[in-house]
Amino acid sequence: MKLRERIERGEFIVTCEAAPPKGIAVEKALEEAQSVADYVHAFNVTDLQSSVMRMSSWAFCALLRGRGLEPILQLTCRDRNRLALQADLLGAWGLGIENVLALTGDHTTLGDHPEAMPVFDLDSVQLLDVIGKLNSGHDMVGNELDGATDFFPGAVVNPAADPLEPHIHKLHLKVSLGAKFFQTQAVYDPESYNVFAEKTAGIGVPILAGIIPLKSAKMARFMNDNIAGVHVPEEVIGELEAATSKEDRVKRSIDLCARTIQAVRPRCQGVHLMPMGWERHVPAILERAGL
Amino acid sequence: MLTSELKPAEEILENLAQGERVFLVACAGCAEVCDAGGEEALRRLRKLLEEGGRTVVGGTSLPFLCNRALVSLRLGRCAQQLKEADSILVTSCGVGIQAVAAVSALVVHTASNTTTMGAFQGVWPSDERCARCGDCVLEYTGGICPLTVCPKGLLHGPCGGSHGGECELEPGRSCGWQEIHDRLEQTGQREMLHRYQPPKDRRRQLDVPLARRRSVFWALEYAEEDE
Repeated sequence: MKLRERIERGEFIVTCEAAPPKGIAVEKALEEAQSVADYVHAFNVTDLQSSVMRMSSWAFCALLRGRGLEPILQLTCRDRNRLALQADLLGAWGLGIENVLALTGDHTTLGDHPEAMPVFDLDSVQLLDVIGKLNSGHDMVGNELDGATDFFPGAVVNPAADPLEPHIHKLHLKVSLGAKFFQTQAVYDPESYNVFAEKTAGIGVPILAGIIPLKSAKMARFMNDNIAGVHVPEEVIGELEAATSKEDRVKRSIDLCARTIQAVRPRCQGVHLMPMGWERHVPAILERAGL
Repeated sequence: MLTSELKPAEEILENLAQGERVFLVACAGCAEVCDAGGEEALRRLRKLLEEGGRTVVGGTSLPFLCNRALVSLRLGRCAQQLKEADSILVTSCGVGIQAVAAVSALVVHTASNTTTMGAFQGVWPSDERCARCGDCVLEYTGGICPLTVCPKGLLHGPCGGSHGGECELEPGRSCGWQEIHDRLEQTGQREMLHRYQPPKDRRRQLDVPLARRRSVFWALEYAEEDE
């Protein structure tokens, strides 16, 4: 069954991030995705995540489809103007890609080609509008297309944003421009997630809560210092620091993820896992969480 | 010398409620030279508003609205009239409009588009405040330009990189959309945050507009260089 149908039927969804290779090591990246395929409904293929140059998102989406896996095309406004965005969307549809996640994109200066020209001709809200127009059989300026797409568009939100209000306003705009689901930035503090969930209770669009397993206390601190909008509370870092061995640390990390999932489960319609190389622990996380 | 032009009458009136009490501010610097400022612009705007059922409580034409300190001083002298106003309507380059918004707690409406800064650099640093996009959105963003204050030039709120009121680009740099959000809350214009802004016409940003190339002032500047 397709992601769209599962979401519309109200099923609890599990999505997982799959980064295209930095290079041409396609097999390795596909194997990683394949290894968790039994636990996951669809794979988010990142679009030059953190502005680091990699294989194109649409190409890796097509490769995943070749393995019988369902991709979600992440599409940012950072590297393409409105012509290229529409062209890539039509190309993606031609390759059988039906799910699109509309994103602004990290700034170019944060990545591995900081000298690059940032584009941002459109923003994520306008991109959702463009997807809606392609779905109606027209390009964004109203020219008729030879056949309409039928994309299932999604968007992102950071439930831990502080102050939260401006992000809630933007979420409402995204809903009004056609977002059918939301995937969130990593959640580590169920209490702050609940505040967010209360404020978005009436939007009528399902939210998949983001989960990033913490490989170590060092990684947690690094994310706190370097990834905007991610905040790992000190108690969580303390639990990892108290580990007595490498095995114990992995166990604690899996346990933390499972507890977070259980805590947010009543207030979301799924989880979005970003394993960052820990694909092998995805089954354990989901099993511990009771999914 | 920069080029600005009055927005179409319908667009100006669209953003002013029936019966709204408006104070007019026109730049008597560059904007006056291109017919978008000075006493003449004040007269035209007053006529437009009054015929459109809005109340003009007063108006002033100030030299160089891009001088923020001067704007603060001169508007201070109009305090009595400003007390009666619901809002201020400004015609100027984008820098001047932002200077008025920066020194006043009132809603600031935008009457003009800026198409080029030409050779004139302004007194309040202008390159970093006005992108001369030719399709001014200051009306909807609390008099703070999202194209220059946000490194991504976003038109619909902060990106995911905004945290603690700061931009993802560098610590200590404030998030432009947080500023815009706070200003719109303060002026009671929260509904602007739910307004869809269509993609911008980038042509207006790409080159010196023909109107300016054909202007007398353009010719004069180049004549000087030849001598």
